[in-house]
Amino acid sequence: MPITGLRVAGLDLIRGEQQLAHQLRFTVAAGTALVVVGANGSGKSTLLRCIAGLLPFERGSIELEGRGETPIAVLSHYLGHQEAMKPALTVGENLIFWAQMLHSEGAGTAAGLAPAAALERFGLAHVVDTPAGYLSAGQRRRAALARLLVVSRPLWLLDEPTAALDAASVKKLTEVMAGHLNAGGLIVAATHDELGIAAQTLRLGEQVGEQIDEEDGP
Amino acid sequence: MMAACGALFLRELRIAHRLGGGATIGVVFFLILVTIVPFAIGPDLNLLSRIGPAVLWIAALLATLLGLDRLFQSDAEDGSLDLLRMADLPLELIVAVKCAAHWVATCLPLVIAAPLFGLMLAVDGLALATLTATLLAGTPALTFIGAIGAALTASLRRGGLLMAVIVLPLTIPVLIFGVSAAQATSGTVPFLSPFLILVALSLGAVVLAPFAAAAALRAMSR
Repeated sequence: MPITGLRVAGLDLIRGEQQLAHQLRFTVAAGTALVVVGANGSGKSTLLRCIAGLLPFERGSIELEGRGETPIAVLSHYLGHQEAMKPALTVGENLIFWAQMLHSEGAGTAAGLAPAAALERFGLAHVVDTPAGYLSAGQRRRAALARLLVVSRPLWLLDEPTAALDAASVKKLTEVMAGHLNAGGLIVAATHDELGIAAQTLRLGEQVGEQIDEEDGP
Repeated sequence: MMAACGALFLRELRIAHRLGGGATIGVVFFLILVTIVPFAIGPDLNLLSRIGPAVLWIAALLATLLGLDRLFQSDAEDGSLDLLRMADLPLELIVAVKCAAHWVATCLPLVIAAPLFGLMLAVDGLALATLTATLLAGTPALTFIGAIGAALTASLRRGGLLMAVIVLPLTIPVLIFGVSAAQATSGTVPFLSPFLILVALSLGAVVLAPFAAAAALRAMSR
């Protein structure tokens, strides 16, 4: 069944003893993106990890509408600060592993692109057989982004997706994200940079009682 | 589900193989431990053959711990653990598959090498066979109990020593029954009852330890 939207209501973000956000409330409809901005330590990563089910939260609710019985984690791609690439394995082996590991028959997550095709989208087709340990930081980031394509999951949670990327790669990422949104996917991205896609913006850490302001990208 | 388990199992074996760690280092470490004992206690063959099974068991225990501290730590450091938790598999099953792969990569070579190294300690034929059987039955318990320690120390930079301190006391029952079954050929103790308890310890660890380790990994991520 199709995912129709992500709805977060009354969410309190707490990290350690510090309350990062109070009564957070926002909705992301299918086919749209939300960009989370805010200073360092304002809770952007914490928010993404809460949505991904990696961090428990005490108050509030996070609901992915249309998910049925499937956990949100199984319907989400999470791109964190680390790339989750084993240096001893080749880039292709890493991607094939994650494709098999993150695939689930029941949840209706379709099979994605082949590793070589996914890497091609980020201009990295030539490193399929290179051990991941030999890649530069930017190449490793792009290989991690290719993971988003080897399994199709509707919700993308991207933490600083443009970190270590050059301008050309950011452009390729923009195209890939636009393609995902056109196919009815959802994106929640925490970033300091311009992503180049139309998105609403959530500002964290400025005042209690967060505001969403509509903003259209170029 | 089976495909994902298989993929994880193969990946673990492949990483162990590529790093050159796993099998070779473990067996070499085992060999060194077994070799230094005769140097320490002298070339008294009767004494060596009497304590041989115990020495092999202690060496196997220490060699098993080698590399176990990285079982979850490397995945926690490079972000793989977050993604594994987002797979459509229970974390307990993921832990069990990782432990099984670790056992195949590091403990199975020890079990295979044990009869050879036993010869160096003047352990005779029948005693070698029982010793190998007890190692085969007992090492799964060591791996799975060790996984609890590995999960508890996964987020610590230098958790290896702490893990050994946590795990070694928990492995004492396995050591006691393993060694007493291995020494049964000397005629003073029966073989079957300590061996069955050893098997029970292994089965219990295989069933229960994944839950404990998974709970530790979940708690760690907070």
